[in-house]
Amino acid sequence: MSIFIDEARVVVQGATGHQGRFHIKAMQDFGTEIVAGVTPGKEGKKVQGVPIYNTVHQALQEGANASLILVPAPFAKDAIIESLDAGIKTIIVITENIPCHDAMDIFHYSIYKGARLIGPNSPGIASPGKTKIGILPNNILREGSVGVVSRSGTLTYEIVNELSENGIGQTTCIGLGEDSIIGTTFIDALNAFERDSDTRAIVLIGEIGGTAEEQAAKYITTHVEKPVYVYIAGRTAPSGKRMGHAGAIISRGKGTARSKIQAFEAAQAKIAYFPNEIPELIKQDGIL
Amino acid sequence: MGGRGKAGGIHFATTHREAQQAIKKLLDGTLRGQKVKKLLVEQKLDIQNEYYLGILLDRENRCPLLLFSPSGGITIEETPEDKITMIKINPFLGIQSHQLRNHIVLDKDHKKKLIPLIYNLYRLFRENDCELAEINPLALVNGELIAIDSKVIIDDASLYRHDFSVSDEESTDLEKKAQEKNISFMQLEGSIGVIANGAGLTMATLDALNKYGGKGGIFLDLGGTDNPDKVKEAFILLKKAHPKVILLNLFGGVTKCDTIAKAVKSVICSEGISFPVVVRIKGMNEEDAIRILKDYVITTTTLTDAAQKTCKIGE
Repeated sequence: MSIFIDEARVVVQGATGHQGRFHIKAMQDFGTEIVAGVTPGKEGKKVQGVPIYNTVHQALQEGANASLILVPAPFAKDAIIESLDAGIKTIIVITENIPCHDAMDIFHYSIYKGARLIGPNSPGIASPGKTKIGILPNNILREGSVGVVSRSGTLTYEIVNELSENGIGQTTCIGLGEDSIIGTTFIDALNAFERDSDTRAIVLIGEIGGTAEEQAAKYITTHVEKPVYVYIAGRTAPSGKRMGHAGAIISRGKGTARSKIQAFEAAQAKIAYFPNEIPELIKQDGIL
Repeated sequence: MGGRGKAGGIHFATTHREAQQAIKKLLDGTLRGQKVKKLLVEQKLDIQNEYYLGILLDRENRCPLLLFSPSGGITIEETPEDKITMIKINPFLGIQSHQLRNHIVLDKDHKKKLIPLIYNLYRLFRENDCELAEINPLALVNGELIAIDSKVIIDDASLYRHDFSVSDEESTDLEKKAQEKNISFMQLEGSIGVIANGAGLTMATLDALNKYGGKGGIFLDLGGTDNPDKVKEAFILLKKAHPKVILLNLFGGVTKCDTIAKAVKSVICSEGISFPVVVRIKGMNEEDAIRILKDYVITTTTLTDAAQKTCKIGE
């Protein structure tokens, strides 16, 4: 089984640009069922054999139930809300540089509509051997029994590639997105992997900044039985920009690599100090 | 600059002579290592009380968070959490009056003056795409509320829809040039230049260099891209910073590695890059990329090897 995207029939919003063409082809090669594309004003065209419509509503007649957003940032909020209004329940947003206030509005609207939002600024989600909605490179993914959840883009590729090269395949790899306001969180993914019978171990890739990793560690303590392997990027990086006094008030010392690693140690997760240590740690445990 | 009071950046003067002395002291010295370029002269107020008022984007709850404390000022960060009122605001509904009525504890007269200010601050926060809008201290002077100091952070991603003129006095020239090209630039002490794509991968590269005793000096994060033109720009920017060695760590997503390799080769030749370059490229057509580059740079396929080789040269 995969998490979040079983039986996905995908509409690609922003299908006719260079990115759209490239990734529709890559997803088709991976086995994704792409049923329609949407670009206002381009109705009647085809991209890689996929029919293009002006509206998401029209794309529904092809049976679309999930949407991939490749629309440029200034138009992304409108495109996502159009999708939510059309009744799409899974939306994966690749677009980067979406203003935070837009991301906040989109997130709250997705909750109101009972939909799952992944991203923005996500590389997408892939279940090797089944389907992929996003831009993760096909050749690094390999079918197996580890669930991968990450806040990063290319660092996810780096670690998934390490896993695959070491013979450790994945049930699902999900990139949550590097922005400060995102839809699906570590906790959502941990919850889904814990319940997925095919997933036998979980790899979590975090970064310094914010408190999402600390929240995830707390959740693992009480809700996750499966082994969790963690890498936190930026242990030796300087801390990022200060968010005034308010940032210090609400973070209260959290957000540093030290605080995150301590939280995961307390949750009895295995800590990798470098990306390439994760496969070694998994092999040592002999759980797969 | 935040925390300038604590750093000795605020002086009081009652006479002309005292003012002259204070000005001289400030302009001749530095504050946290930065030269003082401008002075602000203000009337000293008779402050009865200092409050804290701020709204920020709360990443965890993904909503605006209102913070208020009846004891603000420079010690706000040490104020116990339970002494600070925090109110989550639904972005669709805005502030609801019961939230302020029930949670903000202040005497009646002052609360009456505070409430309109909160609504105005929230409007400013939403209309201007703020990540933070903060008044600290919000002072009580002769029964009136006066904003003594404030800080606003505007979301960079939203600048296209506002016409603020953003003056950036803190960035260096190289940082500004990088920003123009949409490359994120970070300068630390150290002699190794690093080019990577994506924040996470850039940080992992820094962690790897650190493991082998290397000090990353200048970091260029191309963002979630492997656009060959941006790789060229990054080399041109780095050249100006005179690094001892460059480590290029790219995980090719959309662009094929051989396309990036050709760009690297051309910029090394055209710019006359004379310092050593270690290249680690992964992704589609990586073998072709290594063949194209092997006469010009040190190539490798793993991050560990790349970090070791780079540190050895950078010693």
